[in-house]
Amino acid sequence: MSSRTLKLAVIATAAGAFSGLLGVGGGSVIVPLLIVWLGYGAREATGTSMLAIVLIATVAVIFQAAYGNVDPPNAALVGIPALGGVVVGTALQQRLPERYISLMFAALLVAIAVKLILS
Amino acid sequence: MSSIAAAIVGFAGGMVGGLLGVGGGVLFVPALVIFMDETQVRAEATSLLAIVPVAIVAVWRQQGYGNVRVRDGLMIGVLSPLGAGIGVVTANAIPQRALELTFAALALLIAAQLVIRAIRHPREPSPDYSD
Repeated sequence: MSSRTLKLAVIATAAGAFSGLLGVGGGSVIVPLLIVWLGYGAREATGTSMLAIVLIATVAVIFQAAYGNVDPPNAALVGIPALGGVVVGTALQQRLPERYISLMFAALLVAIAVKLILS
Repeated sequence: MSSIAAAIVGFAGGMVGGLLGVGGGVLFVPALVIFMDETQVRAEATSLLAIVPVAIVAVWRQQGYGNVRVRDGLMIGVLSPLGAGIGVVTANAIPQRALELTFAALALLIAAQLVIRAIRHPREPSPDYSD
């Protein structure tokens, strides 16, 4: 196994563990590690993270549905407007310098850390 | 009224998700708890269902912009359930508080690295394509 494949496996494990343990989405782990470890540009890191999230969230929602925890009408209530939001967000992202995306992500990580410390 | 508020926060969650490459749960979950009276557990599960189509649309858009490295994304997605399993085992062995503080420290460390990179390399270095 190449060191690059090993790094991807570690990122995947960290993303799964993080979301399983703390209810934080995998993306907040995947994006910064792709940038810092694999030298991804910020845009490529976010696009690639989203592909991983499709798989991760699909598996997780199947398990959660089996426990009867999923509320589809409320998922539609936030999720349908979010489809418009994500088109706007990705379009906006293409116009931003990559370092701004990294800095916004750093702010998100600080917010997550504060939440974890205060919980 | 609270449905409208939840929908507005949902739109914002999608936008943040698109900008930062996260699912949007960071806003969906509080919206569901605060405006729709969901418990934390139900809100997180419901948020996951909302995230699936949002992430699919994000991939479709980002693919068009040339920002998706398909092989890497699929590998992370396929291997992460393994990590979730390890997470569950770990959660039963280590106190929750210790985990929270460890992850908080890691998040701050990575945030610092992102800031240092952004300052030192205003233009991103080329990705590591070596295999």
